[in-house]
Amino acid sequence: MGRKLDPLREKRGPGRKARKQRGAEVELARFLPHGKSKYSRGGAAGAGGDDCEEPVQQIVLYKTSVLFFIPRGGLSEDDSEEEEEEEEEEEEEDEETSTHKTGQKEEEGKDLQLNLDIDEEFKLPTNDLLVGYHSLMIFLPNEPLDLHIIHQRIKGNMEVLQDFRVKREEGRTRQEYLALLRRDMAAYYSYSDFLLKKLMDIFPLPELINFLEANEVPRPVTIRTNTLKTRRRDLAQALINRGVNLDPLGKWSKTGLVIYDSSVPIGATPEYLAGHYMLQGASSLLPVMALAPQENERILDMCCAPGGKTSYIAQLMKNTGMILANDSNAERLRSVVGNLHRLGVTNAVVSNCDGRQFPKVLGGFDRVLLDAPCSGTGVISKDPAVKTNKDEKDILRCAHLQKELLLSAIDSVNAASETGGYVVYCTCSITVEENEWVVDYALKKRNVRLVATGLDFGKEGFTRFKDRRFHPSLKHTRRFYPHTHNMDGFFIAKFKKFSNAVPKAQKAASPSAGPETVVEPQPKKKKLEDTQIAQEQKKNKPALKKRRSLQGQRRPLKAVPRSFQKPHAQVLARKKHKVKQNGQ
Amino acid sequence: MRPLTEAETRAVFEKLGRYIGENIQLLVERPDGTYCFRLHRDRVYYVSEKLLKGAASIPRGSLVALGTCFGKFTKTQKFRLNVTALDFLAPYAKYKVWVKPGSEQSFLYGNHVLKSGLGRITENTAQYQGVVVYSMADVPLGFGVAAKSTQDCRKVDPMAIVVFHQADVGEYVRSEDTLT
Repeated sequence: MGRKLDPLREKRGPGRKARKQRGAEVELARFLPHGKSKYSRGGAAGAGGDDCEEPVQQIVLYKTSVLFFIPRGGLSEDDSEEEEEEEEEEEEEDEETSTHKTGQKEEEGKDLQLNLDIDEEFKLPTNDLLVGYHSLMIFLPNEPLDLHIIHQRIKGNMEVLQDFRVKREEGRTRQEYLALLRRDMAAYYSYSDFLLKKLMDIFPLPELINFLEANEVPRPVTIRTNTLKTRRRDLAQALINRGVNLDPLGKWSKTGLVIYDSSVPIGATPEYLAGHYMLQGASSLLPVMALAPQENERILDMCCAPGGKTSYIAQLMKNTGMILANDSNAERLRSVVGNLHRLGVTNAVVSNCDGRQFPKVLGGFDRVLLDAPCSGTGVISKDPAVKTNKDEKDILRCAHLQKELLLSAIDSVNAASETGGYVVYCTCSITVEENEWVVDYALKKRNVRLVATGLDFGKEGFTRFKDRRFHPSLKHTRRFYPHTHNMDGFFIAKFKKFSNAVPKAQKAASPSAGPETVVEPQPKKKKLEDTQIAQEQKKNKPALKKRRSLQGQRRPLKAVPRSFQKPHAQVLARKKHKVKQNGQ
Repeated sequence: MRPLTEAETRAVFEKLGRYIGENIQLLVERPDGTYCFRLHRDRVYYVSEKLLKGAASIPRGSLVALGTCFGKFTKTQKFRLNVTALDFLAPYAKYKVWVKPGSEQSFLYGNHVLKSGLGRITENTAQYQGVVVYSMADVPLGFGVAAKSTQDCRKVDPMAIVVFHQADVGEYVRSEDTLT
C-alpha cells in the first residue's frame, strides 16, 4: 500500500513539516493508553517494550508520511503490518534516526518545542478571528493532512496544559490553549463544540482523551443467563458447542457472559430463541442489582423497553410477586412483550402509560426502577449521532422530563413497605444536568435519602461541579465510564423513601434527613401554600405537576386493594404525618 | 379484559387438549395459587389471580399484556395457539417429537419436520395428533401436528413430512410485531 502511494508522496516529500510532525507521532504512541487505538497500532504491533524504541519510531515515522493520504479510519491492521515489512528498506533519512538515539528527555523537550511551533502557527488566526476552524483550512491543502496535524497539535497542546507553568508560551493564557484544544478535538473526533465543552467539564484532560478514544471502539457483546430456564454453566457449554468463544463477565455478576467471537449469529441461536439468555449490555445489569428486588414484591419498571432489565428483575424474583412494566412508546413495547414471553416471565403486566401519570394509574409499589430517557452521552459508541445532534436545549429538556419522572417514581413507592421503599434512578448519560442535578432536585422535593447502591465499583457521583454544590450524600451514587469500566457510560442512584408525606418543609424537620442542602426556611403551612402559588405563577407546569402528584399520593392509599398493602402501617404513617404538621 | 365466555372456554380447552390431554387439569388447579384465563383484545392470557388484581386498575386502553399470552381468537371465533404458550405446553405434552440437530434450524425457520430430520417420536402417536417439538437436547422448539402416525413414520421415504409446523420459537425473531 505504501509503495502505491509513492508518486503522491514525491509531491510533498519529507519536508520540514514532516520532520516536525514525526516527533509528535512518537509521543502519541506512548500517550494513547490502549493498544487498540488506531494510531498506536503500529507501535503495538512492532515492538514489545521500551527497549525496542527505535523500530517503533521508524514505523511511526513511516506512517506519518503515509497518513497524509489515508483518510481517518482507513488504516486497518493489515496496512500497518504491511508497512512494518517494508519498513526495513525504508531508511530515508539517516540523520533523523540518529537523533532518536539521543536521550529520551532531550527528545521530549525538542518535541515540545516543535509542537509549540505548530501551536503558534495556528493559534494566531484562531485567536484573532473567531472564524476558528476555517482559517485553519486555508493553510492546509487537503483533509487527511489536516486531521493528522490536528492530532499532533492536540497532543502537543495536552503536553503543555499538563505542566502549564513550565511549558507554556509567554503571554498565552490557559484559555487560549483550551479553546484551541477543544476546537481540535471537535474536529478530530467530530463532536459538536457544545458536547465537548460539557465533557471537558466532567473529565480532566488525560481522561477526556481516553474517554473519546473509548467511544470509537465498540463495547464487548455481553449476554445474561436467564436463570428461570437454565444455568450459566449449561448455557456456556451449549454455546461453546456452537462455536462461541466466551468468558464470565466478572466477579460482580453471576449471570453475565462476555462473547469474544462467534461463528453463529448470537441473537438467533436456538438457545436464544428458547429464552436461555438475553443480549444485554453489562451496564444494564447494574441498576437491577442496585434495585435488589425481593421475592413477592410489587415492582414498577417505569421505562422498560426493550425489557432486558425487566426480565432480570423477574429472574431475581423467581417469577413471584408482580412487575409492572411500563413504557410510553407502544412500538417499543412489542419487543418487551416478545422478550418477556421468550424468557418465560409470567409475573409481568405490560402497560403503555406516560410515566408521569404514575401514582395515579397505580401506586404503592415496594420498589421502582426508573431508567429514564436521556441524551445518551454514555453510549456514543453505540450511537455516534449523539456526538453532533445534541445541544443545551436537548439536555435540559431531558433533565426536565427526568425530574418529573423521578418525582412520580418516588410518589409511586410505598415508604411503609416492609421490605422495600426503594427507588433506583439510572440513565445512560454522563452529563451532570441529567444525573446529579436531577437527584439533588428529588432530594429537595421529596422525603427520600440516598443510600449505597450495593455496587462495589464505579466512580462516586459529583458532590460539587463547577459552581454547583450538591448534597453530600451524592457520593453514594455511582458513575460508570466506557474507558474505566469498559461498559457503557452509566449513572445509578438509589433512594430510600422514608415517608409518604410530600411537603417540602417536612424534610428539614425529619431527623433522618440530616444536614440538608435545603436552605429555605421552614414555612408554616399557609406560607407553604403561598410559595406554591408563587411558584405556580413562575413556572406553571412543574407546580401543577406537583399538585397532581400530591393528589395522586393520597389516592392509591385508598384505592389499592387491601391484599397488597398493610393498612396498619399506612395509617401509622399518615398519623405521623399529621403529627408533624401540627408540630410546626 | 374479561373472563372467557362458555363458548370461548370450550374452544380454548379443546385446542389445549390436543396437545396436553387431561393435563389441562394441572394447568388450572395449581398448588401455588389460582390461575385463570382472561380475554383482552382478542388475546387469551393465562394469569395468576394475584397478578390479575394488580392489573385491574390499569386502564383498558393502556394495558398491553399480562401474564402469559396463550393465543388469540380469530375474527371467526376460532382459537389459535401462539408460540408464547409453549412454556406451558412443553412440560405437560403427551406426545413429543425430537428433531435432529441438523434440521433444528430448518424447523426454526418455519418449515415442516421431514422424516430425515426426525430424531425420535413418542410411541403410539396417532395421525393428526398435536405434538410438541424438541431439540435432541430436550429444549422445546415449537409445536405442530403429526402428519403420520408413529407406525407410518417407519415406512415413509426420507423427504416426507412427518410433523406439520404450527408454531416455533423462531417467531420471536421473525414476527415479533404480530406475536401478541
